Amino acid sequence: MAERTQKQKPTPSRTDEVVTEATPAAPQGEKLKAELDDLLDEIDEVLETNAEDFVKSYVQKGGE
Amino acid sequence: MAIAKVCGIETEYAILVRGAESNPVAASSVLINAYVSGVLRKVGWDFEDEQPGNDARGFRYEEVFAPEVETQLVNAVLTNGARYYVDHAHPEISTPECRTALEVVQWDRAAEEIVRVSMESAWRLLNDGSEIVAYKNNSDGKGNSYGCHENYLVDRATPFGRIVGQITPHFVTRQVFCGAGKVGSEFPGSAAQTVPFQISQRADFFEEEVGLETTLKRPIVNTRDEPHCDPQKYRRLHVIVGDANMSEVATFLKVGTTAIVLAMIEDDALGNDLALANPVSAIRQVSHDPQLKRTVLLREGKRITALELQWALLERAKKYEHSHGLESVGEAVGADVLARWETILSGLENDRNTVASWVDWVAKERLINAYAERHDLRPADPKLKALDLQYADLRSERCLARRVGLETLVSDEDVRIAMTQPPTTTRAYFRGRCLQKWPDDIVAANWDSMVFDIGRDPLRRVPMMEPLKGTADHVAELLDTCETASELLSRLGS
Repeated sequence: MAERTQKQKPTPSRTDEVVTEATPAAPQGEKLKAELDDLLDEIDEVLETNAEDFVKSYVQKGGE
Repeated sequence: MAIAKVCGIETEYAILVRGAESNPVAASSVLINAYVSGVLRKVGWDFEDEQPGNDARGFRYEEVFAPEVETQLVNAVLTNGARYYVDHAHPEISTPECRTALEVVQWDRAAEEIVRVSMESAWRLLNDGSEIVAYKNNSDGKGNSYGCHENYLVDRATPFGRIVGQITPHFVTRQVFCGAGKVGSEFPGSAAQTVPFQISQRADFFEEEVGLETTLKRPIVNTRDEPHCDPQKYRRLHVIVGDANMSEVATFLKVGTTAIVLAMIEDDALGNDLALANPVSAIRQVSHDPQLKRTVLLREGKRITALELQWALLERAKKYEHSHGLESVGEAVGADVLARWETILSGLENDRNTVASWVDWVAKERLINAYAERHDLRPADPKLKALDLQYADLRSERCLARRVGLETLVSDEDVRIAMTQPPTTTRAYFRGRCLQKWPDDIVAANWDSMVFDIGRDPLRRVPMMEPLKGTADHVAELLDTCETASELLSRLGS
């Protein structure tokens, strides 16, 4: 079984066949990169003001 | 044929109190009470049938859980069929029983919104400027972990040893698409310099292949045998190995692929040849390798990557769809799971940036790397750990996961509905509708029964031992046409 699996390693064409209209393809990398740049431009406004204190005070009890 | 994979998720949220001293147990209680007192009359949880000490391997641990039953803490049943309670030192929500992975996403998102509303209600209630903040993650970065557990209905006739042996390779490698990502490592001996970023929140905490524990010596396959339904017919596989996801697609695939793999195991259509030689070290090794290049050793001697193992599972799942169908996980949802499973593996293999809107750890890693690059930060800078934690901050205005462009599967309207309405497809429908209609007549509820007090002795317990009985198809008309709980009970013949 495992031998056969190795031979069936994916190719881009096989992926294209399977992505149907009902399953939207994930957005392309460039668009995401631009969005990431925009996010970095504004992110400082929402970040914790003192990262070191915040990280230090973030202590949880174990759960489950 | 495989039985219906009724499923659900229970999430323990991290909790911080800002602007006041408080212990987390008290804060969790305040949070839940603020919600419950605001939206409904509280119906308590009934512990009559809880047996967390039962082990699927056929024996009982009397001493494991006995001293710690938390009956004194807040514990409520909601009209959407969920349970909202304090577990140890965390607020926790168990979704109602769902029929498909897509329903699990809907009610898990509803749970998140319920916690969000709870935070706002608690802030108003406290009225002193202090704030209780919940986070949907699984580790504080200091060696303390809390869980996001899944549950799946499986056929009691399936040998438990087969389940353990065949599900483990999936549990070790599915993190490549459903890991939530973590800055640093909490595994003793691995410094932040050697593991600046890893795929999973949880992998550092697993020490055994199989066992009953959840809080120490955590096992990859948990053996708790507490089916909350007919124990002659069913098991509830209790899965503790997963991360809590902010990405809806990640939750969808985590539950959807696991349900399909379990159906294949029930139908004996998977095989043993993917068994790992060392699952415990493998789960950590996979997590510590975001490049997805390292190989794990199979028991039969071959080495393959986590992605190759996932491709092998997907190929078998597609064959299984042809030979058996996917009715057990819902045909349409199952087909969508297979399509997205393939897309996500291709994306991870070729250019992971293309799946950043689906995969939490990829979205988080991109954000952290870009931030570090822009500000020229070293890997151990606390600012990067702060980003990691704030990714899961449930306050809308602070939540970074909300800003990284994650795709959603469920509309805001459907999330809002699921905050108060149960799924129509399982016994949760009966539980939720009864709680909506006759809250004053219900004294207690749990997964497999409800207890009514209709003013005459004795109290009346309605058993719900079949997870797929009590659906809208079965009881909607009955519930619609009964005026009183008393009428319901007499028409149920109890």
